[in-house]
Amino acid sequence: MSNHPISIIGLGAVSPAGWGVASLFDAVSNGKVIPASELERPGWSRGLPVRKVPPPPSRPAFLAHPRLRRASPISHFTVAAALEALGNPQVPSPAPNLGIIFCTMAGPLNYTRRFYTEALRDPATASPMLFPETVLNAPASHLAALLGVTGPVYTLIGDDTAPLSALALAAQWLNTGKVERCLVVASEELDWLPADAFRLFLHDHIAAEGAGALLLARHHEPSPSQWMAVTDPFNYAMPGGNRVAVQSIRKQCQTWDAPTALLCDSRIGIPRRDRAENEAWSNWPGQRWSPRCILGDALTASSVWQAVLAAAAVSSKSFTQAVVHVAGCNHQAVAALCSSRE
Amino acid sequence: MLFQAGQHGVGVPAARVVITGAGIITALGKGWAVNEAGFRQGRPAFRPVTLFDASRQRAKTAAEVDLPQQNPPPRIPLHEWRRWDRANHLLYHAAQEAWQQAGWESHSPITTVLGTTSAGMARGEEYFRHATTQPHQFRGQPGRGLHYQAQRQALNVQKALGFHGPTIFIANACASGANAIGHAFDLIRCGLAERILTGGYDAISQLVFCGFDSLQSLSTTQCRPFDRRRDGLALGEGAAILALETEASARRRGAQILGEIAGYGASTDVHHLTQPHPEGNAALQAMQEATQTAGITPEQIGYINAHGTGTPLNDSAEAAAIQRWAGSPAKLPRVSSTKGVIGHLLGAAGAVEAVICLMALHGQWLPPNAGWEESDPACNLPIVTKPEDATFEYALSNSFGFGGANASLVLRRFS
Repeated sequence: MSNHPISIIGLGAVSPAGWGVASLFDAVSNGKVIPASELERPGWSRGLPVRKVPPPPSRPAFLAHPRLRRASPISHFTVAAALEALGNPQVPSPAPNLGIIFCTMAGPLNYTRRFYTEALRDPATASPMLFPETVLNAPASHLAALLGVTGPVYTLIGDDTAPLSALALAAQWLNTGKVERCLVVASEELDWLPADAFRLFLHDHIAAEGAGALLLARHHEPSPSQWMAVTDPFNYAMPGGNRVAVQSIRKQCQTWDAPTALLCDSRIGIPRRDRAENEAWSNWPGQRWSPRCILGDALTASSVWQAVLAAAAVSSKSFTQAVVHVAGCNHQAVAALCSSRE
Repeated sequence: MLFQAGQHGVGVPAARVVITGAGIITALGKGWAVNEAGFRQGRPAFRPVTLFDASRQRAKTAAEVDLPQQNPPPRIPLHEWRRWDRANHLLYHAAQEAWQQAGWESHSPITTVLGTTSAGMARGEEYFRHATTQPHQFRGQPGRGLHYQAQRQALNVQKALGFHGPTIFIANACASGANAIGHAFDLIRCGLAERILTGGYDAISQLVFCGFDSLQSLSTTQCRPFDRRRDGLALGEGAAILALETEASARRRGAQILGEIAGYGASTDVHHLTQPHPEGNAALQAMQEATQTAGITPEQIGYINAHGTGTPLNDSAEAAAIQRWAGSPAKLPRVSSTKGVIGHLLGAAGAVEAVICLMALHGQWLPPNAGWEESDPACNLPIVTKPEDATFEYALSNSFGFGGANASLVLRRFS
């Protein structure tokens, strides 16, 4: 029995460009760089340059849900992106055959930092309200509760390649009949801790936040675009490190090259970080988008934006197919192919 | 390719997934032999917390691991070895034992699937304390920032053992280790991998200890799963890693087969972020799916290693689920929780408990439920109260976590 392509039947995004896929697509396809703002950090007079998600145009209805009242921004972004991918239902109906794969790298850091600050001050009075929200799978749990999902819900962690591993996992679940539909969501929230940490390695790094979501279905469900392949991830433990890993990915996707294809890559606009990706993909024959250069680096959320943009670009018939390539910040590299169903 | 439309593979007749290597480190010690002896006797391994100041906490004990002192492996320079987090060392010890026992060589990429809840949280805590008290001093901070992350820990272990390959981390709270093994089982079973190194790991950290203490989930007396007087869980730390492969691969290599992963079920409890549904609905779903995947009925399970944290709500909900799953009291298999011995290992729990089931199946004995003295009508189960031998072919291991993440594994004796 053979694997079938995976139908992409819904997209969602929350990004520094705004709430919704339309604003994400407009910013990246037109190269409208989002201005950076400052994030305060203790002990410094100057803040860190970051790209924040703007306030929503109106208060999202899902905030009335008891699970989400106290939840942190990462959960709000997760739910907003997922609901958009599901078609923004007023009242989400129970989805018994839906699986959820949630990805994050930094996780719910706002509450983690607050809780640990309290623990250091006096562990006897640290708030029990905060701790459950620090757990990495809290956003996925809230989303599952909102949607009534009782089937498989995984939280994948790792570097920014996790969402592409999630696409492959979703394909497995769909092709083996474990689920009828699958939401792949990735989300990150801004916090000075990781934003500061990244600048220890890349001085000009600009952190960002947000989420993206893809609603995937089995091949028989009609859709304008579909996932055709996800490469093997090549990790940086291999001899030659990230350069060889990215080159290995490039070799696996050589047959995906086409002048009418889009490459949605993970460059962030800092030459030292982008070197491996620039070298390996220098002969790409088609157009190339680098969303992180426009929106900032939101880790796994940026990677899922790449996937959302690829699907949106193919669905709009601007391109025949799109390649998503992620050279993860410290773990592995991986790529995926999205194509039109026509 | 991880996934390719048109690629043959998914849906091929299910391969048998066998275990050819198992590594374990807990508060009982490092390695199969010392752990088998401790679990067989049900010998608790708790002591006052030494890793941080717990004087202002309600609970003051945990099952800490005495990390073996050893030189770095040949491929790891000393300066890198010193940066490894405690959790990384736990992971390495378990992975090394499993790797050596399996007799795998590093000539081709091998997939790694790991579960953890907090990876190198203690390193993250150090990073935070340094960043807030000495914000203009960066010495050591890049190392702390890097080695806090799970993916770095996996890379370190792969480098130390001399292999590389795709890595997947599942962070499904206390079910993470079981989910990781279950996912590895799924990948091999449907033809997407031939060999996988899988399991779970977690180290005790101040943040997590304080978190459970703030929820008043920690026992202030003794961890007594399923006992009428139970008053909470106790935390532990450790790691367990399994080398899984197709039966065909193991036979081709002439490897010793220790046991088999026969079934896996995963479900989600949407009742509450931190509390299980009182009737254990999602737990029941996971157990049913695991036995269905294994193609067996509940009567064929000879032993259940329960999640059994020792909290009032978890144990009664799990007992309800086990009773519903079995169908009638006469069909209930023997049950014990091993958390009264080594505590709750969070992301490592499911993996460590799978290895305990493997040991029990291999040696045909049942691990006693340490701390159990008085039966609770709300947990009416045939608890294993003292060390005993048994003849059984299948064991079920339950892991239920925060956020409603539930997973069950079925292990089979290999004969």
